[in-house]
Amino acid sequence: MTFIPKPKISHPSLPRNELGLTRRDYEGALSTLCAGCGHDSITAGIIEACWGISVRPENLVKLSGIGCSSKTTAYFVSGGHGFNSVHGRMPSIAMGANAANRDLYYIGISGDGDSLSIGLGQFCHAIRRNVNMLYIIENNGVYGLTKGQFSASADIGTKAKKGEVNQQPPIDPVLLAMNLGAGFVARSFSGDKAQLVPLIQAGLKYPGFALIDVLSPCVTFNDHEGSTKSYAFTRENYEPVVEADFVPKQREITADYAAGEAMSVMLHDGSRVVLRKLAADYDPTDAHASYDYVQQHIAQGEYLTGLLHCRPTVATEFHALNRTPDAPLNQLPFSALNPGSRQLEKLMARYR
Amino acid sequence: MTSTDTSHPDYFHKVVDCQWACPAHTDVPEYIRLIAQGRFTDAYLVNRHSNVFPGILGRVCDRPCEPACRRGRVEEKPVAICRLKRVAADHKDDYRDRLPAIPTQKNGKKIACIGAGCASLTVANDLMPLGYEVTIFEQFATAGGLMRTNIPSFRLPAAVLDEEIGTIVDMGVDLRLGHRVESLRALLEEGGFDAVFVGSGAPKGKELNIPGRHEAAANVHIGIAWLESIAFEHVQNVGKNVLIIGVGNTAMDCCRSALRLGAQSVKVMARKPRQFFKASEWELEDAEAESVEIVINRSPKSFVLEGGRLKGMMFEVMEYEFDARGRIVAERVAGEEFYPADDVILAIGQENAFPWIERDLGIEFDKWDVPKVDPVTFESTRPGVFFGGDAAFGPKNIIWSVEHGHQAAISIHQRCLGKPVSERPPRGMNLQSRKMGMHEWSYANDYSMTERRLVPHVSLKERFKKLNIEVELGFTAEQAAAEVQRCLNCDVQTVFDAKLCIECDACIDICPVDCLTMTAAGPEEQLRTRLKAPATNVTQALYVSDPLKFTQRVMVKDEDVCVHCGLCAERCPTAAWDMQKSWVKWPHAADQAV
Ligand SMILES: Cc1cc2nc3c(=O)[nH]c(=O)nc-3n(C[C@H](O)[C@H](O)[C@H](O)COP(=O)(O)OP(=O)(O)OC[C@H]3O[C@@H](n4cnc5c(N)ncnc54)[C@H](O)[C@@H]3O)c2cc1C
Ligand SMILES: Cc1ncc(C[n+]2csc(CCOP(=O)(O)OP(=O)(O)O)c2C)c(N)n1
Ligand code: SF4
Ligand code: SF4
Ligand code: SF4
Ligand SMILES: [Mg+2]
Repeated sequence: MTFIPKPKISHPSLPRNELGLTRRDYEGALSTLCAGCGHDSITAGIIEACWGISVRPENLVKLSGIGCSSKTTAYFVSGGHGFNSVHGRMPSIAMGANAANRDLYYIGISGDGDSLSIGLGQFCHAIRRNVNMLYIIENNGVYGLTKGQFSASADIGTKAKKGEVNQQPPIDPVLLAMNLGAGFVARSFSGDKAQLVPLIQAGLKYPGFALIDVLSPCVTFNDHEGSTKSYAFTRENYEPVVEADFVPKQREITADYAAGEAMSVMLHDGSRVVLRKLAADYDPTDAHASYDYVQQHIAQGEYLTGLLHCRPTVATEFHALNRTPDAPLNQLPFSALNPGSRQLEKLMARYR
Repeated sequence: MTSTDTSHPDYFHKVVDCQWACPAHTDVPEYIRLIAQGRFTDAYLVNRHSNVFPGILGRVCDRPCEPACRRGRVEEKPVAICRLKRVAADHKDDYRDRLPAIPTQKNGKKIACIGAGCASLTVANDLMPLGYEVTIFEQFATAGGLMRTNIPSFRLPAAVLDEEIGTIVDMGVDLRLGHRVESLRALLEEGGFDAVFVGSGAPKGKELNIPGRHEAAANVHIGIAWLESIAFEHVQNVGKNVLIIGVGNTAMDCCRSALRLGAQSVKVMARKPRQFFKASEWELEDAEAESVEIVINRSPKSFVLEGGRLKGMMFEVMEYEFDARGRIVAERVAGEEFYPADDVILAIGQENAFPWIERDLGIEFDKWDVPKVDPVTFESTRPGVFFGGDAAFGPKNIIWSVEHGHQAAISIHQRCLGKPVSERPPRGMNLQSRKMGMHEWSYANDYSMTERRLVPHVSLKERFKKLNIEVELGFTAEQAAAEVQRCLNCDVQTVFDAKLCIECDACIDICPVDCLTMTAAGPEEQLRTRLKAPATNVTQALYVSDPLKFTQRVMVKDEDVCVHCGLCAERCPTAAWDMQKSWVKWPHAADQAV
């Protein structure tokens, strides 16, 4: 970590977004993570992404559980709303908040420990219920905060810092999410912001559950030789297969794509995600095909990255399913929120 | 663009913008840190090593360092480098026992310096510790040159001059006051000197030959001669209405002196608009604060007399046309205007004049009658005769004269050692890490948002009571303590080791001013356009690393607006970035191998 706050001074030509804000206006408190932690780079990616699509800071809700990764919600968009839940319980809080106010952007930050061990059940149900949120797993293969025990994403054969070798098979959050029907599933790397930032933007805009599993090396406990989640190993084995560009609705698609190579997915507000495949034999909009493709490559020891699966959302989005009111609860009249004791009596009577 | 050679002695030197801009290469950030620690004498000596006259320069330096200061690129105002120099000078203790010892056993070489201005004094300062016997010939009864005779005492008190000149003279210089050199031939042939340094300045004020000049002579004065007469108390008063012609620094001293001699209305008449003024902004401010009126676009036409006495001046009212870059492309006379005046001071420039140098000594003069002087060695076309200060290339300022003196001293030493003067002692640069612990540095790396402090002045009521009341009071202790924190420590360099980098992005994310980028290598012009923030200031270098080990990209740092906060090095998990103090070795005569 650094011991002085980042000075308020900035580059004289720092650009402003539609709201007149600079990237610096999306920063948060001083990070207390280890110097070089991948999580800090993801934080920088989130800052860049929110600035780029002009998210109003007060319209962002930051939710997390417990872990080094979960601490990072404090380190970006200090003007947003934040909630640190107990370990593994971030999805419930997200769901509740989301049910109460659908007008906000929800970003959940979790770790491989937080989501794949203690919080695995919550993670699965958030996907099943298709909560409209961006869910980021900052995946380092260890419990960083508790000093580097293997997590459920550790690969077979990977070595801990003190030398012991992991024997249990990993849970892959990408395959799991596809299996459970998630409509937006991506994998990225903390060291590749060119890839990560558009994914975060698309994920925030995606109307439904969006998962980004971000490989995010733990420099302190999992960056040694023999680890399959180190900077060196990730650089070597990381294979972008599909690039995503996020195109806001005001903008034309200007980039040149070779015919047949690019496909675009329209989002509800008119913005689009343009997918550019680097592998011809692969259709990221098809759920089954994506699942097979990713699984095969994992078997070959390759981390495919990019927006691995994306399809326009179907009607099972959380709010549609639960027929929640359009207006946030805090804008409903008290009488609608609280029908009164007589109504309560009536309701109770039904169960007697 | 290949990777940057940071071992070149100039690379990191240029990053220290102030030190690079200072003609004498004063280690500014080093002395500012020493002031911050209350080590005023040490701060003074760091200054003295390069600029010889910290007390004088802390008051009247032209301060080329300040427009260069990096702080002026990240916010509006540079660090008050010059006024901090004065803080060191005002609060130092006795330092004389820390100056180099003067050998009692001399080296047998005798050097003559003509004129006791700052240039000659610097030559003496550099050569006395090496065992030379230095004689300075000065026409006046006091030493100091224009610093004494022209810079008014309300800007530069005599006591400050006495002290700093005294330090040099007390090294055992043979100072011959009231001794004007009338013939260089005589000095060369009969003086018995091994080398001669001409530091006689640029003593001739320019004339304004327009109608009436002759007839009005009694009330028309040449600025530098007039200031000199004031300094020697030959002139003690001036008329009610005074016009100053010209708007350079001499004009500023003239108008403010006129006020102190009793003038009631003082106008500075400028031919062109304000953006073309030669005077420093701070000198203009001080003059205007004292109610001097600066009139623009007035070109002198004639002196107007009545009954044989000066009554005023006629001016042409000028109009200008500018191009897009603000240069004048056309001018036009729009009318005429009369301004009353009892006295007129001409402050339109100075020239060299060497009536005492015979033209057959082997010293070549060019078509403007200026001696041909080598810009590196300061030697004339006659071996063993050197020029420096205003005498070399026309009027400049004190700090340039000092640097000329240093360089001439090197040449004189080479000559006397029988070595070619073109052979200069090498420049150098050393680096030393400032890391103290995991995240601790032995410099204050936190950026201070403090704004530039303003030096307090003696009140307008008090300052005119006597001619020699120093107007500027110097920083208070609190002001100095705040101002030192504004220095960015540009000499604590970001030094990169590509072998250690694991490409984690941490430094790039934390840099507050977006200096850093990892990208594919490429030619410089192209690199400049694809950095995290565009690097449009081409006067500032790009620091390009060797290829990185995982991706073969390069780390590129735009030196332009780095605030030397050290956060990149603090965030770097492998210490690929480190913060290291650069020590620039700008050699003097004492550094020469014998
Ligand atoms: C009005 C005015 C204000 C200025 N203000 C500033 C300022 O604020 N800051 C700044 O940095 N610079 C200022 N300058 C410029 C600065 O004073 C000069 O650049 C500097 O003094 C030059 O130093 P020097 O040693 O070359 O010569 P000088 O200072 O000119 O000294 C030359 C000496 O040689 C003597 N001399 C000349 N001929 C002979 C001879 N034949 N025999 C013996 N002695 C001789 C002269 O009497 C004089 O003492 C100012 C100049 C003027 C005119
Ligand atoms: C209920 C509960 N059980 C266990 C813990 C101890 N604990 C704290 S963080 C953590 C694991 C965090 O791992 P991960 O989510 O991968 O985060 P990282 O630190 O690796 O980013 C554990 C087990 C806890 N805080 N609360
Ligand atoms: S322990 Fe690991 S995960 Fe936690 S802050 Fe340090 S590097 Fe990051
Ligand atoms: S901030 Fe300090 S070190 Fe940097 S250029 Fe200015 S004075 Fe020099
Ligand atoms: S010291 Fe490092 S982090 Fe600070 S401004 Fe300079 S490059 Fe950026
Ligand atoms: Mg983890």
